[in-house]
Formats: sequence, C-alpha cells, structure tokens
Amino acid sequence: MSEKNKAILTGRHFFSGDLACAEGALAAGCRFFGGYPITPATEIAERMARRLPQVGGTYIQMEDEIASIAAVIGASYAGLKAMTATSGPGFSLMQENIGLAVMTEAPCVIVNVMRGGPSTGQPTMAGQQDVMQAKWGSHGDYEIIALTPSTVQEAFDLTIEAFNYAEAYRVPVMIMMDAIVGHMWERVTIPPADQIKIVNRKKPQVPREKYAPFKPDEDLVPPMAVFGDGYHFHATGLTHDEEGRPRTESIKTQQTLVQRLCDKIRKNADKIIQIRETMLDDAEIAVVAYGIEARAAWSAVRKARNAGIKAGLLRLITLWPFPEKQVAEVAKKVKTIVVPEMNYGQLVREVERAAKTTPVTFLSKLGEEPHKPEEILEAIKGGKH
Amino acid sequence: MAEQTTQIAHPLEPFLRKTTIPHIWCPGCGDGTILNSFVTALKELEVNLDKIAVISGIGCIGRIAGYTNTDSFHTTHGRPIPFAVGVKLANPELNVIVISGDGDLFAIGGNHFIHAARRNIGIKVICSNNFNYGMTGGQQGPTTPLASRTATTPFGNIEHPFNLVHLAAASGAVYVARWTTLHVRRMTESIKKAIQKEGFSFIEIVSPCPEIYGKASKIGTAMDFMNWFKKASVIQNFSDPAQAEITAEKIPVGEFVDVEKPTFEKLLREMTAQAQGKVTGGA
Ligand SMILES: Cc1ncc(C[n+]2csc(CCOP(=O)(O)OP(=O)(O)O)c2C)c(N)n1
Ligand code: SF4
Ligand SMILES: [Mg+2]
Repeated sequence: MSEKNKAILTGRHFFSGDLACAEGALAAGCRFFGGYPITPATEIAERMARRLPQVGGTYIQMEDEIASIAAVIGASYAGLKAMTATSGPGFSLMQENIGLAVMTEAPCVIVNVMRGGPSTGQPTMAGQQDVMQAKWGSHGDYEIIALTPSTVQEAFDLTIEAFNYAEAYRVPVMIMMDAIVGHMWERVTIPPADQIKIVNRKKPQVPREKYAPFKPDEDLVPPMAVFGDGYHFHATGLTHDEEGRPRTESIKTQQTLVQRLCDKIRKNADKIIQIRETMLDDAEIAVVAYGIEARAAWSAVRKARNAGIKAGLLRLITLWPFPEKQVAEVAKKVKTIVVPEMNYGQLVREVERAAKTTPVTFLSKLGEEPHKPEEILEAIKGGKH
Repeated sequence: MAEQTTQIAHPLEPFLRKTTIPHIWCPGCGDGTILNSFVTALKELEVNLDKIAVISGIGCIGRIAGYTNTDSFHTTHGRPIPFAVGVKLANPELNVIVISGDGDLFAIGGNHFIHAARRNIGIKVICSNNFNYGMTGGQQGPTTPLASRTATTPFGNIEHPFNLVHLAAASGAVYVARWTTLHVRRMTESIKKAIQKEGFSFIEIVSPCPEIYGKASKIGTAMDFMNWFKKASVIQNFSDPAQAEITAEKIPVGEFVDVEKPTFEKLLREMTAQAQGKVTGGA
C-alpha cells in the first residue's frame, strides 16, 4: 500500500467524531501530532499515536499543552502539517503560544473537544463554553479561523478544510467540537484521495538573498520558507518588519503588522465563511445554531413547520470570522431569532450585534444534554407573532 | 595625501545576520562572548549552515537567535525547548540548538528541560546563566545564589539555587558541561562537541551581567566578574555532578557527562519502520 493510501482510508467507516477528526487530519496530510491526554479529546491522540507511525509521521506526547502547541509550531516551521487536540483546560494553557502562531504566521490546527467549564468543570460532559475563548483567548488583536462540526462526517470533512485554511492563510485554525459530536458514532464516507482537495502553503519564489519572510503577496499572506531549505530566515513573536527583524518601538511597524494579520482573515471572510440555510426563504423565525445544538434546532424547525409556523435554520459552520453579514441578512428577513447554546450566553452576543434591531431569544443549556427539540420549539412558538 | 582604506570582512561575518546587528547587549555582558564562541564553533566545524536552526526564548540572551545567520526562531518565554523538539522531530536532519537564559530554561521552562533531557531528544541546549533575570531588570531567578541581593530580594535571597549540571545529569542529558565566559576556547570546544553529538546535550555558561546583577549583588563590573571566574573556577572533568554547586569560593567547571544512549529519534525511526507494515482500518 502506498503511503498516501495508508493515510487516506477510502471507504465507509463507523467512527466517533474524535476518530473522524484524526482521520481527516491524516487525509489532509498532517504528519505531526503533539498533545497531552485530556477527556474528551484523548481518542484523537490515541488514534494519532497508532496511525501516524503507519504513514511515516510523528506522534509525541508532550509534557503539557504549552509544550504541545510549541512543538506543533516548531514542526510547522520545519515544513510539516501539524496538529494538537485538547479540551478546555489544555486550550487555556495553549493561549500564549496560539498568539505566537498568529504572530509568526505558523499554519497549524488545534482541536478543542469542548467539555463543561470553568476550570476542571465537567470532564465527561459536553459544552460549547470555549467559543469566545477561541477568538479572544490570547492577548493582543488578532484573527483566527474556527470551524464547528455538527456530524461525524463533518468532523472528518472540516478537519481537512481546517488544514487547507491554515496553509492558505498561515493562521492557526481551530476545530471547536462539542463533546457530543466528539463521542458520537456515525457513518463516515472517506472519498478517494484524488477527490480530496488539498491546499499547501505558498513557497517563496525568490532567491535566498531576496526573501523577506513576512512580506505579503496581494492576498496579504507571505510565502513561507521551511527551516533547512537554506533561506536562513528569522521569526520572532516580537513586533517585526517584513524581514522578520524586531521593531519593538516602531508605531508604523506595529500598525502595519497587526492590521495585516487581522485583515488577511477579515478581507477574505467571504471566501472563508461557511453556513447552511434551511427553510429560511419564507421564514419569519430563524434559529441560529451550531454543533450538536444545530441538530436539535433542525428537528425543532421541522416540528414548527408541521405546526404551520414559518421557521428556518441558519447553521453556522464557521464560528470565526463570525458570519456577521450572513446573520444580518437573515435578521432583516425574519421577525425574531432564537439562539440555543450549551453555555451561559456566548455566540449569542455576536448574533445580537449582527441582528441589530431584530429581537434575539437566547436559550442556555449547561451540563450534558443539548436542548431538546421541544424546548427550542417552545421558544419558536414564543417568538411567533 | 588621500588615505587609502581597505575594508576587510570579519572572519565571522558569514555567520552573523548583519541586518539585525548592532545587538542590544550592554558593554561587558557575557552574551556577546557566548555568541562569539557559538559562531566560532560553527566556523571551525565547517558545518552546513542550511542545516542549523537556532531557537531561543525571551530574555537578553534570547535575542541571540536574531543574530545568527541561520534559520532561527525567537519563541515565547520558557518555550524554546518544546518548539525545538517540534523542529527536530519534523526534520531530524537539522542540528537544532537552543540558546537561552537561566530564567527562561529553568524557571518558566524547567518542565520542558527535564522532559527533553529524559527523552534524549537530540537538541543542544546552551544556557547563559547570569544568576538573574537580566531583561526585566534583575529580579531573582532559579540560579540566584542564596543571600544574594537582586531587585526582588532586597533583604537577600532566601531560595536555594539549582545546580544546573546536576539537574541536567539527573534528567538524562548525555553530554553536560559548564564553563564561564572566561573559558572561551574550552566553551567553543564543548559547543563543537555538543553539535556533533547525538542526543540531548547541555552546556551551562556562567556569564556576567555587570549592568544589573553586578550592581545589585555588589560583584561589580565585568572585570570583577572575570576576576571572580579566574579565582574561583576549578576544572573538575567528570567529577560528581551532585558536587558541582556554584559558590562564591568555587565554580566547578569542565565536562561532567559524556555517555551514549539511544536517542528519541532513533527509537522513533525504528518504531515507525515496524509500524509501517501495519495499517488500522475502520474502528
Ligand atoms: C510569560 C512571560 N512572563 C514573563 C515575561 C517577562 N520576561 C521577559 S525576559 C524574562 C526573564 C529573562 O531571564 P533569563 O531567561 O535569565 O534571561 P536574561 O535576560 O537574564 O538573559 C521575563 C521574566 C515574558 N516575556 N513572558
Ligand atoms: S542586562 Fe545584563 S544580561 Fe542583559 S544585556 Fe545587560 S549585562 Fe547582559
Ligand atoms: Mg538570566
């Protein structure tokens, strides 16, 4: 069996979200995993520990999550597609180096299988409590990309896309998967290798003497050399110019750099953002949901339709950059919006901001179970005028 | 008569990244000596610079990554070792060298040091031990001597310092040496040895910080540091690392460990070769 065939297990499988995520990474070309065990993400590490050596990749269990993300950034700079997987406590430990990955534009993928917090919280229960942290957890102004799957198939598909975005935009990409999707078993179809779209980072097209490691192309993304290729380039978490030289006192450099790091995502938001609209054309009430909650919402919307209520669903696949425009468009059409989340009010703030004057009802859930469709249906009925 | 001047390139110029120099270090700082010794080692070994990666943390010495004409990365405070581990495992062909400070490597980053040494990952770690946090203004750190005054120990340090040689040896490093910045030749030889050796190697360089620690501790100027190093250094090759504590009276220097042990990369290679025969299908 060729290396590629070993990595891409074309066919139909019965996987958990965690396993699908690991297989998605391998299919995307991930060849380095650095991690630290934590429920409910451990199955990803265990799968990678078994599978990476089979395809000539490297798995290492680091001493903690700070080390895990540091090693992932190092592996990325040495040319590999690299990933780590964790849950809330580990995600918190990673935040400083997520900022380093942003600042040094290291393509990498971070999976957070979300459990209940704060602190050690509910290790074996699901949550959607880290979705704001994904965007705001590290210090300074920055943008990242965060995706969230609702099905096990999507856990596979989106992990491939996460690597593609990371490589295209040189940015950390997060898979924010609630523990229910992570631990749920469903059928997954893995397509043949030639039907999987793979994106690789741009390589420098100039000779070594002319290479400026942080000089962007028109898309605002700089081509990336690899350690060992003879470019002799320097990267730093300090504010730096296009050559990579520290410029800690230059106002201009700080502005140019921070703006570009944000704008390379903001200005490409339309290309990045993925949403799914269901029955929204004539809807008077929209449910905006993501992850496992979107499945309960979908069921609620169908029940509402059966009862003659014009409800529709906007399912968010991209959480960050936030689909502001898409939510605003829906908000213009409907009379009211319902947002169910497995937290005490997080992404609903973004929805409210985008919805402007359209009223938004928030449904909170803390603990194991997502909302029951009936609970969402109640809220839909409550919003019916 | 018009004077003729000829520009002669410094013999170490090809090893330095000219665009980032002048450096930030104070006059008399030992970090310049470490840089000089490091690039001299590269020159004398005639290594392929393309295959060298210099990784540093945050601190005065941490700026060194920016000054070497190699691939280099200035990471976050305390994290150069796990970053270097990622680089080394992604491309074992590279010679990955971490150069950082006592605070960076042994306070905030101490956990990474002991685990990289335990795993015997083939990275080389050079520590500029200046007994304090130079960059942030001279606070106490994990190697500050007992009773020493610093910005945060105005009544004298009440913490016992690490004996880094002992720590490295106990953690599993296969090569351990200590020199002061007075021992330039020997330091350079040790760096050359570490670069050529497989496995986790550690070199501690006792280094003056005259600008800050010298004043607070009353050790004094760079010259005073040199005189102390000269008076107190005792070469004790392969003596017991446990006995290698640094005191005002004695700085045990030399090579303390030089042993062979399978590296992580070697064991990984063997395990990978075995695993490649096996493929796990659907779960
Ligand atoms: C997470 C974090 N905490 C604190 C700091 C501030 N800081 C910068 S350098 C430094 C200490 C450096 O000491 P050392 O590693 O001994 O290097 P030296 O400056 O003495 O060469 C500290 C605490 C930081 N940059 N990051
Ligand atoms: S503060 Fe101390 S360690 Fe830092 S550059 Fe000055 S002399 Fe060197
Ligand atoms: Mg220091």
